[in-house]
Amino acid sequence: MTGAQIAAAARSQETVFPRARAGQRVTDAGFRGLMYGAVGLACLALLTLLFDVARDGAPALSLDFLTNFPSRFFPERSGIQSALVGTLCLMAITAVIVIPLGVATAIYLEEYADHTRWYNRLVEINIQNLAAVPSVVYGILGLAFIVRGPLSLGNVLLAGGMTLALLVLPVVVIVSREAIRGVPSSIREGSLALGATQWQTIYRQVLPGSIAGIATGIILSLSRAIGETAPLLVIGASANTLFNPRGLDDQFTALPIQIFTWTQQADRAFVSLAGATILVLMGVLLVMNSFAIFLRNRYEQKW
Amino acid sequence: MAGRFAPSAGRPPAAAPGAMGVRTSLVRTPSARSRSEAVIRAVLLLAALLTVVTTGAIVVSLATETIGFFREVPIAEYLFGTRWTPTLRAEQQSFGVLPLIWGTFYLSAIGLLVAIPLGLLSAIYLSEYAPARVRSVIKPILETLAGVPTIVFGYFALTFFTPEVLRGLLHIEVKTFNALSAGIILGLLVMPTIASVAEDAMSAVPRSLREGAFGLGATKLQVSLRIVFPAALSGIVAALILGASRAIGETVIILIAGGQTARLSVDPTESYQSMAAFIAAVARGDIPVGSIEYKTIFAVGFTLFVVTLALNAASIRLVRRYRQVYE
Repeated sequence: MTGAQIAAAARSQETVFPRARAGQRVTDAGFRGLMYGAVGLACLALLTLLFDVARDGAPALSLDFLTNFPSRFFPERSGIQSALVGTLCLMAITAVIVIPLGVATAIYLEEYADHTRWYNRLVEINIQNLAAVPSVVYGILGLAFIVRGPLSLGNVLLAGGMTLALLVLPVVVIVSREAIRGVPSSIREGSLALGATQWQTIYRQVLPGSIAGIATGIILSLSRAIGETAPLLVIGASANTLFNPRGLDDQFTALPIQIFTWTQQADRAFVSLAGATILVLMGVLLVMNSFAIFLRNRYEQKW
Repeated sequence: MAGRFAPSAGRPPAAAPGAMGVRTSLVRTPSARSRSEAVIRAVLLLAALLTVVTTGAIVVSLATETIGFFREVPIAEYLFGTRWTPTLRAEQQSFGVLPLIWGTFYLSAIGLLVAIPLGLLSAIYLSEYAPARVRSVIKPILETLAGVPTIVFGYFALTFFTPEVLRGLLHIEVKTFNALSAGIILGLLVMPTIASVAEDAMSAVPRSLREGAFGLGATKLQVSLRIVFPAALSGIVAALILGASRAIGETVIILIAGGQTARLSVDPTESYQSMAAFIAAVARGDIPVGSIEYKTIFAVGFTLFVVTLALNAASIRLVRRYRQVYE
């Protein structure tokens, strides 16, 4: 048989040699069934989840729902304005903190750090460990250091934003490093050969070349941050707040906290409100993730 | 243009004309340019050090309150006691952490029992069997599942899975808060992580290995399980440990669907509590700062932190040990 025939046979899953034994074929078929079952189960689970949330929550969705404040006693008059505003404010604060810090750390680690030095390796290992720490431990950190302890800000908006920023900082660093690493060294070397300093090279060649990857990573990290409940629970975000936060030093709530509070009510009507809030939250996440994918597809640099 | 070749600002170094009248001194005076470069480098280094400070702060905050905790509760009682009731009145309080550790382990075990087979089978399917069109549908589904916030899973577990699936469809007599629901939904949460990391590892195995096996008469199943799977083992192990780590650290699903009773039994129809869920539950209540209940947050948090760190270190070590290098 020619090489092309062998290759074609291999691709079509038949063997070049005599057919497999019946027992082997039964095992193959059985395994295929298992695989299809596994993938099917995962898809079924996602669909059931979306269907259940939509069924529970869609009836409660309305413009009033978005503009009312939550009411402890009247589910039909409750809304999520405070939670929605809180979530958006948290996202803004987290972004302001984490973008400069994360990108600066990534630039340092990729462009300036000598990887044989112990302190640089310590920073790298440390970031990997931080990425694996459960989110509730970041909540404890926020509680002990930011809400109480040295900073003593109280359970206010700024404390929530700082805690979430610390939570996603390792992920932003890792993603930004990947993006920066994607810029070929020939670009850097060409720039340096023309007499640019290291910072000029970074600022004018490396960063613009990796900005799509960095932006995508930041948006995905932010969307993870606003879906987090545990750290906000531990630092003491309020539930059922009747006002939008009036400043960085005001109490706050967020969409996940509102969902959490309403899910635990005995009254079924509140549970339905929780479903509607989930739809809003997932809508926000969908918009953010689609934007990130759009950015990546449109601005990705192919070297 | 000539400026580029002019000497940097600052007085020219003392010139001792050498063999060709060229300046030979190697002393450079700091120019404005190199000064600003040094400043930029220092600023970036400070940013990088903040991550180290974060870890230090986590360790310090956990450790100081934990030490305070162990001044009031003997370590032996904490590590070996079997009753965990810190929220009761002082005379009835017990601080044995074993029920919490057991709850964490039990719920994660149920979750991994669901997530590992589903995740690995999906990974093998996506990397070895799926045609490109199917892959382009299934992969986004898995990524969507991975992006769903955990609170949504918790809601789903409590309001749908327990009443409609466990009690309704399968007719299992479970309490409202039960380990089966929390554990299975936890598995659903973790499964996309395992699937995607394992699939990346398997896709990285070079085609030549597969095609060599096909050429020798292997079936697709034999190639997948006996060639690709062992070759990608380090990545698969990393996927499993990552999944376990996520399951252990998960808070909200267990908080909502698993209940608030720390329990040392194996009945899956009862409620259990994990370390992370306990921390969130207690922090939610009104506890005075400095009280023993407040300190339990840190003691349990410290335990959780140590367990996660140990898992992460094991993962790095195992990945390095089994990593295969392809030509």
